Amino acid sequence: MLGRVGNLALLVCQNGPQLQQQCGMATLKAISIRLKSVKNIQKITQSMKMVSAAKYSRAERDLKQARPVGEGAKMFYERAEVEPLAEKPQKLYIAITSDRGLCGAVHTNICRQIRTILNGPDAENIKIVCVGDKSKAILQRTFGKHIILSVNDIGRLPPTFADASRLAAAILQSGYEFSSGKIFYNRFKSVVSYATTDLPVFSLATIQAAPKLSIYDSLDDEVIQSYLEFSLAALLYYTLKESACSEQSSRMTAMDNASKNAGEMIDKLTLTFNRTRQAVITRELIEIISGASAL
Amino acid sequence: MAAVRSISRLLSQRSVSQIVRRGYADEMSFTFAAGNQVFYESASVRQVDVPSFSGAFGILPKHVPTLAVLKPGVITVTENDGSIKKVFVSSGTVTINEDSSVQVIAEEAATLDQLDLAAAKETLSSALSQMNSAQSEKEKAEAAIAVEVAETIVKSIE
Repeated sequence: MLGRVGNLALLVCQNGPQLQQQCGMATLKAISIRLKSVKNIQKITQSMKMVSAAKYSRAERDLKQARPVGEGAKMFYERAEVEPLAEKPQKLYIAITSDRGLCGAVHTNICRQIRTILNGPDAENIKIVCVGDKSKAILQRTFGKHIILSVNDIGRLPPTFADASRLAAAILQSGYEFSSGKIFYNRFKSVVSYATTDLPVFSLATIQAAPKLSIYDSLDDEVIQSYLEFSLAALLYYTLKESACSEQSSRMTAMDNASKNAGEMIDKLTLTFNRTRQAVITRELIEIISGASAL
Repeated sequence: MAAVRSISRLLSQRSVSQIVRRGYADEMSFTFAAGNQVFYESASVRQVDVPSFSGAFGILPKHVPTLAVLKPGVITVTENDGSIKKVFVSSGTVTINEDSSVQVIAEEAATLDQLDLAAAKETLSSALSQMNSAQSEKEKAEAAIAVEVAETIVKSIE
């Protein structure tokens, strides 16, 4: 905002030659103010990059530990070939984001996927759980009535299993009886890439209707219920870790780009600043010389 | 190009199914992960003994598929060379699938030498006092769980 005003002043000055002397000084001042602010911004983005690089390396280390947890928890759903029930369409979508922005499109991607689904058919049977303030902020205005639960204070500290189990408990106690659902999260691939994916979650009734459940031995409802509750927590833990890692890596890239852009801007501004300064000096000289020769 | 790709896909699918079949024959793919640490990842082991709410049981390769919920206790893993590893778990799940893959997911786990007897006893006494001072049913239940975990830790170290 400030920068744009500075630019405008520059343009105005160039258009009005009669105001040049006074304006030349003003422009010089405006440019130097702007240069200073861009330099400060670059310092901020650089240090944010450093911070997120440190956080990222920790998140990646944690993620390596968390991956088998997630893989193991989702293995049963795959092996038992659980499918969503057609006659019970209630669905629950869980958006895993965080409270913090300035990290590229990680949060927007999650919300975009959910928005596309909610704009499609059958949207009235879908409820959303927002994990992190960002998804809530994006989805609340248009799809406020679909949100049944939102959680914040995500992303300040690395997620723990206790966080995930509290979240799972809150979802199970929300009173919404879903038959199937999805957890939307950003799956971390490498420092420069992540993929927005989803993991399925199911309710007791859906599991019981699974065709291959009969091959599992000695199951009663209580065991499956506790199993599902725990595996929901495990899945949430895994997705929180994945998302945290993608977020930090994405923030690192975003801040790196921001620093680079700021650097370019600083170069350009310095050039303009020096040119303007030179022009002011030259003009002052001309004025003095022509003033002296007129005498 | 497309033909080549489809052939290569076919080939890779076959090799996958072969691996799975071989896995089903005589060994299990054992994954044991906790929130804080990964102990085994698709490893081949001889036997795993787990404590569950429906009673402790041992898992050998080709165990019948089942699900179980872990209760606080010690998981004993017998590796292929006969060495035994004991790990304490607080809670979690066991999944045994048709293809003889076993997943143990625990909330938190620690090998027995990582546990400290004095600290465990301290936790036990504080959990007991918490249980006695608990007001609501929920608090009481939470404290009872804490007592159970602490008791099992003390017992398993001793």
